Amino acid sequence: MGASVPTPADAAGGAAPLLSVRNLSVEFQVEGGQVQAVRDISFDLRPGEILGLVGESGSGKSVSMSSLLRLNPSPPARITGGSVLFQGTDLLALSERQLRRFRGREIAMVFQDPAMSLNPVQTVGSQITEAMQVHDRGLSRRDARARAIELLDLVGVPAPTVRYSQYPHEFSGGMRQRAMIAMALSNRPKLLIADEPTTALDVTVQAQILDLLQDIQREEQVSIILITHDIGIIAEVADRVLVMYAGKVVETAGVGPLFETPLHPYTRGLLASLPRLDAPGGDLPSIPGQPPSLNPPPSGCAFHPRCSLSAGRERCRTELPDLADAGGQHHVACHFFAELRDSAPPGAAGEPAATDMDRGYAR
Amino acid sequence: MSASPPPDVVIADTGVTGPPASERRPSWHESPLRISIRRFCRHRLALASLITLVLLAVMAIFAPLLAPDPPNAVNISLYQQAPSAAHWLGTDQAGRDVLSRLIFGARVSLTVAVTSAISAGLIGLILGLLGGFLGGWVDSVVMRLTEIILSFPALVVIILIVAIIGPSVTAIVVVIALTQWPTACRIVRQATRSLKEMDFITAARATGCSNLRIMTRHILSGVMPPLTVVLTLLSAEAILLEAALSFLGLGVNVPESSWGGMMQAAQSLTTLSTLPWLWLPPGIIIAVAVLAINFVGDGLRDALDTRQQT
Repeated sequence: MGASVPTPADAAGGAAPLLSVRNLSVEFQVEGGQVQAVRDISFDLRPGEILGLVGESGSGKSVSMSSLLRLNPSPPARITGGSVLFQGTDLLALSERQLRRFRGREIAMVFQDPAMSLNPVQTVGSQITEAMQVHDRGLSRRDARARAIELLDLVGVPAPTVRYSQYPHEFSGGMRQRAMIAMALSNRPKLLIADEPTTALDVTVQAQILDLLQDIQREEQVSIILITHDIGIIAEVADRVLVMYAGKVVETAGVGPLFETPLHPYTRGLLASLPRLDAPGGDLPSIPGQPPSLNPPPSGCAFHPRCSLSAGRERCRTELPDLADAGGQHHVACHFFAELRDSAPPGAAGEPAATDMDRGYAR
Repeated sequence: MSASPPPDVVIADTGVTGPPASERRPSWHESPLRISIRRFCRHRLALASLITLVLLAVMAIFAPLLAPDPPNAVNISLYQQAPSAAHWLGTDQAGRDVLSRLIFGARVSLTVAVTSAISAGLIGLILGLLGGFLGGWVDSVVMRLTEIILSFPALVVIILIVAIIGPSVTAIVVVIALTQWPTACRIVRQATRSLKEMDFITAARATGCSNLRIMTRHILSGVMPPLTVVLTLLSAEAILLEAALSFLGLGVNVPESSWGGMMQAAQSLTTLSTLPWLWLPPGIIIAVAVLAINFVGDGLRDALDTRQQT
């Protein structure tokens, strides 16, 4: 793909993007070759937007996002190309020292397992104040404490003054994740990257954390990238969706269009494999086959060995599809997406008509 | 009688409907340190050993007050006397009171134990942290260095160096520290390497912490438990090494007393068989001190084990 990748922001001609990723590629050096975990991805994130990044394990969603802040240990990880423009600054061109000013202050992250991402031998409060003091040496201990307690209150931790001096093991899973979010918000970042923030939590707590993220996005004017493998969560909170498969973006669209008319066979498969409350029981449809090895990735379209639409067509096997404009800020990387669009209602993969889908998902 | 019951009673009452006492969550604000202290105190042998060590330390500190006689006062008229009411542990070849020398000897042994263990621990901590955290060539250099030192027989090297630079407490401490740090270094490096992979380190990096800050704020606290255990073992080792050196005449300078130095008497076969009060007391007290330190180490190992939750 060249530099002239069409992106939704270009098409919309809207406000300057907060984050603009161009042709990002990440490799992992392994014994006997390179795993191309992220292959030439490009996207824009507008201010105040919640972007959902969805894909199965190993699709490169977490790796690509932690590459934005160069958090993958190198070696084995290596960013082989591309740029990450954050408000015009290329984060990949910065020195480690310069990049530290962005980490946590401009771009903050919330990780999957809150039990593991808090230091077990330090109080939760001291970890939040540390996050602030890293970026503001002049901040007094008392002010930092006051702000940390305020933040804990903001994210809905009851009795924040007491909780401030407790250790992570005295917190429940949901409370820990709230504390992590408080920590991430402590420097008023412009972008929050949430890497599967609800995967380690039970369902009711999941909903609370998602609500919290949405509230924060509204009240703190922060953009959010939400990484998940659960497309139901995307439906709930995201404004726009990026679907990744085998290290590439295969489809991107507003959340409405994506759920109504998914144009990539992989996205279709994902949607079809969701359990539904309004459908009769029985086996859930699944996408046949296994996620491909990325060392090296399959030729042509990486999804072709599992694709019902491809069905052995030569072009899928040999030619890598570009992310093509399907109209209305909808982009898809499939040679034959027009067939899917025209064949609505989609019967082949077994999904029902899409307009009432949002109501039907059992999360 | 006060109107409000003490907090314990309240917990006991709610225990009827709540989970059993064994499953109760740790009390409010229980820090990892306090949990460890509580666990350590349950370890009876370790606790008794700790008390023994404290008593030995008190004995060393207040030696001039406790010793019945000056340790270096030579009195030829009291040559090799058996234990008696005046001299509880008898007197040695120069007529010096064995008990007094034993009490003063604790100063040398414990000083050597503590200072050389801490010095060795400090060297090992810094090199282990750097090697484990930074990896790459730094790690290779550190690891080769430990291997080189571990490949020499420590005692022989120590004897050689002390023989060259001349025996003194400082020399012994320096030499023990320089030869014993690899043990600490390896443990610290191993702990650092596993800690480095923890999510909270990535999280700290994502917050903008520098490597130095991550090492001092996040890795150090995780490395301290295993290092503490190693320190106890190192100090036991140091006592034994000092005793061995003094036994060979390479310890502290001659009139000064040390436990190992007192054991020198046992080099003569006649002393060994006829004058047991000369070598038995220092032998026993060395064994007691070393055992106590090792038991404390065991207790610490259990108490600081983060995998246990109770």
